[in-house]
Amino acid sequence: MAAKKPVRWHIAVFLAPALAVYTAIMIIPLFGTLNLSLFNEEGNVRVFVGLRNFITLFGDPLWSNAFWNALGNNAWFFLVHMLVQNPIGVALAAILSSPRLRMAVFYRTAIFVPTILSFVIVGFVWKLILSPIWGIAPGMLDMIGLKSLFAPWLGKEEYALTTLALISVWQFVGIPMMLIYAALLSIPDEVLEAAEMDGITGASQFWKIKLPLILPSIGIISILTFVGNFNAFDLIYVAQGALAGPDYATDILGTFLYRTFFGFQLQLGDPYMGSAIAGAMFAIILLGVCVYLFGIQTRLRRYQF
Amino acid sequence: MKSTFHIALLTSTFLSGAAWAEDVTLTIESWRNDDLTIWQDTIIPAFEAANPGIKVVFAPSAPAEYNAALNSKLAAGSAGDLITCRPFDASLELYNQGHLADLSGLASMANFSPVAKSAWQTDDAAATFCVPMASVIHGFIYNKDAFDALGIAVPATEAEFFAALDKIKADGTYIPMAMGTNDQWEAATMGYNNIGPNYWKGEEGRLALIKGEQKLTDAQWVAPFATLAKWKDYLGDGFEAQTYPDSQNLFTLGRAAVYPAGSWEISGFNTQAQFKMGAFPPPVAAAGDTCYISDHTDIAIGMNAKSAHAEQAKTFLEWVGSAEFASMYANALPGFFSLNSTAVEMQDPLAQEFVSWRGKCQSTIRSTYQILSRGTPNLENETWNASANVIKGTETPEAAAQRLQDGLASWYAPQQ
Repeated sequence: MAAKKPVRWHIAVFLAPALAVYTAIMIIPLFGTLNLSLFNEEGNVRVFVGLRNFITLFGDPLWSNAFWNALGNNAWFFLVHMLVQNPIGVALAAILSSPRLRMAVFYRTAIFVPTILSFVIVGFVWKLILSPIWGIAPGMLDMIGLKSLFAPWLGKEEYALTTLALISVWQFVGIPMMLIYAALLSIPDEVLEAAEMDGITGASQFWKIKLPLILPSIGIISILTFVGNFNAFDLIYVAQGALAGPDYATDILGTFLYRTFFGFQLQLGDPYMGSAIAGAMFAIILLGVCVYLFGIQTRLRRYQF
Repeated sequence: MKSTFHIALLTSTFLSGAAWAEDVTLTIESWRNDDLTIWQDTIIPAFEAANPGIKVVFAPSAPAEYNAALNSKLAAGSAGDLITCRPFDASLELYNQGHLADLSGLASMANFSPVAKSAWQTDDAAATFCVPMASVIHGFIYNKDAFDALGIAVPATEAEFFAALDKIKADGTYIPMAMGTNDQWEAATMGYNNIGPNYWKGEEGRLALIKGEQKLTDAQWVAPFATLAKWKDYLGDGFEAQTYPDSQNLFTLGRAAVYPAGSWEISGFNTQAQFKMGAFPPPVAAAGDTCYISDHTDIAIGMNAKSAHAEQAKTFLEWVGSAEFASMYANALPGFFSLNSTAVEMQDPLAQEFVSWRGKCQSTIRSTYQILSRGTPNLENETWNASANVIKGTETPEAAAQRLQDGLASWYAPQQ
């Protein structure tokens, strides 16, 4: 009979502080919000209404149109990041990891710097750059004879969201670049040398050897982008205000939630419907993360070196 | 032991009570921290000189924090004796919760017209809970030098207005009108609610809308949108992305000739602009028509219902309702016009011009502010969006009006 395993108290003790803080500032508010979404106010009294807030949100055209518009915009915002930010991030990392590149440290820093800037500064600076009145964008396009291509992008329904998505890409392209760069550096030299022995070099080495090896990192980046984008709020709020103009063309779930929950101008805040929107956002993000975790990540092939 | 302590406590209360009786201090809660020096140097000394024994302290907080800070102070019982009132629902809510005292009995309330008081009354106008202080008037400020150089007379009718804009546009030196749609609110506040009262006949239309006798899809409510749609051609390049500060700068730098304005711009423009400025009220359809202006009630002052110095606070409020206060306040803050029925002499020529319209036009307030913005969708916010869309040409005036009407009817019973 083996001796009884000692209770490993130290695990609980060391976990406790982080768990307590996380519970206090994340988990309790999360369930508080979900709970609040099941209530509403009738004659200044808070009453339990079950799922009625969600029925209003999805059933009443006034609410559901705004919600689907925000969700559609959010999906496009995410798509632009996936199609532009992440491929460029991977490409930059591949270039940076090339041993022949000079001043790699400078480029790496320069590309990463916008990531640490505040949203407020990024929004304000880009608004000035693109301003049709004082901005430098019209002048620069004029210099290369393309003035006709200039439009007040942030003020046009058809361009505003894409413009903001690209501004966000500019700001955050450093994150995938850094993660992929780290993943590329961790590929053992033996693997690459073996590839070279077999005559696989240059671009085909990237496609056939390196890319499959960094796929898990790309997966992680995709899910980070997904969560980040569906929680986004700051940039839109700074650049376009809480009404997410023009004509709600840049309204994403975050701004929709903000307007509803906290109110805006003469509109008084509605914490109950706001919580319902927050609950829907939580469900969307949870669903996306689950699809990734169970549908994609488990199928990714991993290589142990 | 315990009773000794109680007696000591009582004595100290009486003593401090006696000390208070000699010199009562009233504290004013306000969001106008910009006006601190005006209150301290001009208004309060004048009151204290006339009312010995009452001291007044002006204690403002930041505008964005005011509502939240005031609510928690009132709940905790630590709010000042006098409360600066925001218009309509924010203050009405405080009155309903019993935080603001009913001031209907003040003698100086007689100095204010029903429109002036409407922002601080219960819906049935039975109780008034704040003394109106000031309003802001909408109209157009223009570059006088530009108008003189181009030989344009100040337009009185809509036809003259657009003829003037056409002339400025043809000349090409100036952008005819400085306004953008990026921030949306200018389109509604300085656009729709500026020119609108001429169409819906001011109070007549506004009250009919509240009663449900008129709809936003009626001709008089769609017409201002149709006029706004014509503004597009006279705005600067890229106006879609032009912000409110952009517009202000375009005008004060002398690059634009006309600025759809609110009178609160006056002091800022006076310091910024290097040229002569004038102002004209929203043009009417045909010469000789009655003109209507948006004379929007913006700021008032009420009494904390739990104030320990109600009598002194009422003395102060009576004084706020007097002609003396009106003149002092309006001159210290050109662009914030006294709501007092007594005419106020003002020094600033631009402010004089704005206020002179009260004599020849009928006053009203912004159509969306009273009652109609209580539900979801919020009519005021929707009007921002609709006005901006109409100016950009992405929504027709009829479609915009229909959308606003549908939204309003969805929650407002008299419109159903």
